[in-house]
Amino acid sequence: MTKIKEKTVSILVNNKPDVLARIAGVFSLRSFNIESISANVTKDPGKSKIILTTKGNQDTLMTIEKQINNLVDIIQVSDLTKIPSIRREMILIRLKVSTANQNSIIQVVEKLHGRVLSKEEGYWIVEVSGDVDEIDAILARFDKLGMDDFTRTGTVALEQIA
Amino acid sequence: MKLKGAQILFRALEAENVDTIFGYPGGKVLDLFDELFRSHVKNILVRHEQGAAHAADAYARVSGKVGVCMVTSGPGATNTVTGIVNAFMDSIPIVVLTGQVQSYLLGSDAFQEADITGITRPCTKHNFLIQRVEDIAQTVKDAFHIASTGRPGPVLIDLPVDIIQMEIEEADLPVVTIPVEKSQTPIVEECQEALTLLARAHKPIIFTGGGVVLGKASQELRQFVKQVNIPVTSSLMGLGAFPASDPLWLGMLGMHGTYYANMAISNCDVMLAIGVRFDDRVTSRVDAFAPNAKIIHIDIDPVTIDKIIQSHVSIIGDCKATLRIFNELMATGKYNMPAGQTDNWLKRVAAWKEEVPLGYCTGENIKPQCVIETLYRLTEGKAIITTEVGQNQMWAAQFYRFDEPNTFVTSGGLGTMGFGLPAAIGAQVACPDRLVVDIAGDGSIQMNIQELATAVNNKLPVKIVILNNSYLGMVRQWQELFYGKRYSQTDLTGSPDFVKLAEAYGATGLRADKPEEMEAMLKKGLNTPGVVVMDFHVEPEEGVYPMVRPGASLNDMLLK
Repeated sequence: MTKIKEKTVSILVNNKPDVLARIAGVFSLRSFNIESISANVTKDPGKSKIILTTKGNQDTLMTIEKQINNLVDIIQVSDLTKIPSIRREMILIRLKVSTANQNSIIQVVEKLHGRVLSKEEGYWIVEVSGDVDEIDAILARFDKLGMDDFTRTGTVALEQIA
Repeated sequence: MKLKGAQILFRALEAENVDTIFGYPGGKVLDLFDELFRSHVKNILVRHEQGAAHAADAYARVSGKVGVCMVTSGPGATNTVTGIVNAFMDSIPIVVLTGQVQSYLLGSDAFQEADITGITRPCTKHNFLIQRVEDIAQTVKDAFHIASTGRPGPVLIDLPVDIIQMEIEEADLPVVTIPVEKSQTPIVEECQEALTLLARAHKPIIFTGGGVVLGKASQELRQFVKQVNIPVTSSLMGLGAFPASDPLWLGMLGMHGTYYANMAISNCDVMLAIGVRFDDRVTSRVDAFAPNAKIIHIDIDPVTIDKIIQSHVSIIGDCKATLRIFNELMATGKYNMPAGQTDNWLKRVAAWKEEVPLGYCTGENIKPQCVIETLYRLTEGKAIITTEVGQNQMWAAQFYRFDEPNTFVTSGGLGTMGFGLPAAIGAQVACPDRLVVDIAGDGSIQMNIQELATAVNNKLPVKIVILNNSYLGMVRQWQELFYGKRYSQTDLTGSPDFVKLAEAYGATGLRADKPEEMEAMLKKGLNTPGVVVMDFHVEPEEGVYPMVRPGASLNDMLLK
């Protein structure tokens, strides 16, 4: 069975310098790529939350989840693809701006509830965020409007209290 | 009173009831070894750090305690890595203490610096780099707890030299907290489900592994089998958990398992797998492994469940607790099999046993299997056996019949040549009054031969049986079978004279070439005090059979 699936997991860990390397090690052992990762300290400064997305065979992902759970500094692993959750991503985009595309850019940014953060000579940087499923479409749209470069946060996610 | 880091470390070891460690000093651990003068802890001075790790590993297997080794930074630390992976693969609780360069020099390529926590991250259960003298005691407490609870495994503590030299007021030391044990209690409903399934079986089999030995569940297993009357097979790591002298014993399964164990596995309808991880040497072709069986899988580590073989009922829990519940449930009488339900199966299994028993042909030369059989007879099955890796290991597993757990010490998962001699040393330290025999080949004995000095100098009277065929035997066997008899680099002609070598180390050396000399020499060797090396020149091209070709199904065996 080789059902390829994308998975978002939220991992609560003790805030220690080598914990990320240990988690990454479990993935690399199985030759799995981490598609995106975001890590932050939680309300309790001794703990961090890591949101991680990966793609792969479901059975192997299940084993990887169990292996991560076995690591000493891991407090909890939750599979956010299995429980109701909000999964979003933020992008910063640098655009080459001219009188020709300026209005279109403003329109798109407003429609996406984004913001223009800086307006330097000929280049703007805008901020937009979106549902993880929308991000590729958003990038494609800005690409047509003269996107010069971009950076993404990777998925951040939070479970909903049902 | 002021305490030095090194002193705090040894106090912490003493608090864990450590009385013996295996170690080798060096530049960054002078303070630690100096502390030996003030501590109750005794060090067994090895001759190579790999030997220290293997000895600690075997000490843990035989004593049931955590094994400890202590080495210097850089090469001292990296030399333990094979030993650490060995313990990791076989789930053996050891704590490895490594010296490290000054904490402020870390990452600067200082002399004898190695990133040992980075190197061992994938092969330890956990590791620590100590950064504050205040953390030493708590780290040792945590390390012993992690190594010995749940699925056991190796833990490494890296100790920068400035931290172990640092002094602190005893009053300023933080109080050590006792780590909380994760609950491993099996769920009773799952046990009931398992026994219900087992009670419906017409062709049941029990397959046990290292988890039964590590979980000290041998008595519970024996009690359970007595009630259910089901044939038992085991992986290499599980040998001894169930007595080989019991009529229900099928011997080891897998690549070099018995014909009858492999046939029973291939034809069973319900398998109760206890403390196993379904290693590829056991399953061979996974989709042909017990193809018609419903699998009940008990293991303490959730990762092993459904990793290789899909189970129908799985129980996450330690083997001892689970089998206790099984025995309590059996006592209610609700899970008994209807009388006669397995009669045909038991007859079938008995017929397989008669059809192809384990055996070998005698000839002009000494047969290695015969040496092991004779060793079994002369020691009345009561020796602690360690092995090297390869043919010697498989013959030991097949022909020495283990009745008690923790008496067979072998490198199962990693297959480490050079394990047996340091392991014999560790086992002898754990059990000074037992007879300890290392079954070796002429290739693997040379991989840690320097430990003869350790055995002799510490008066550890281990006996070494070399099955000397002048070949790297197991690899030669594969070349014979699968590479057109092209023996590439497996001819070990030119090995030293092991008798003279033994004598040079201050041990006794004996040699036998003819079958008629074999038993007398073995007897003499076993009865000679001190370290004895017995060099048996055996049939050079003898093979280990049965053999399941790699990738074949278990019932497809080469029998000769």
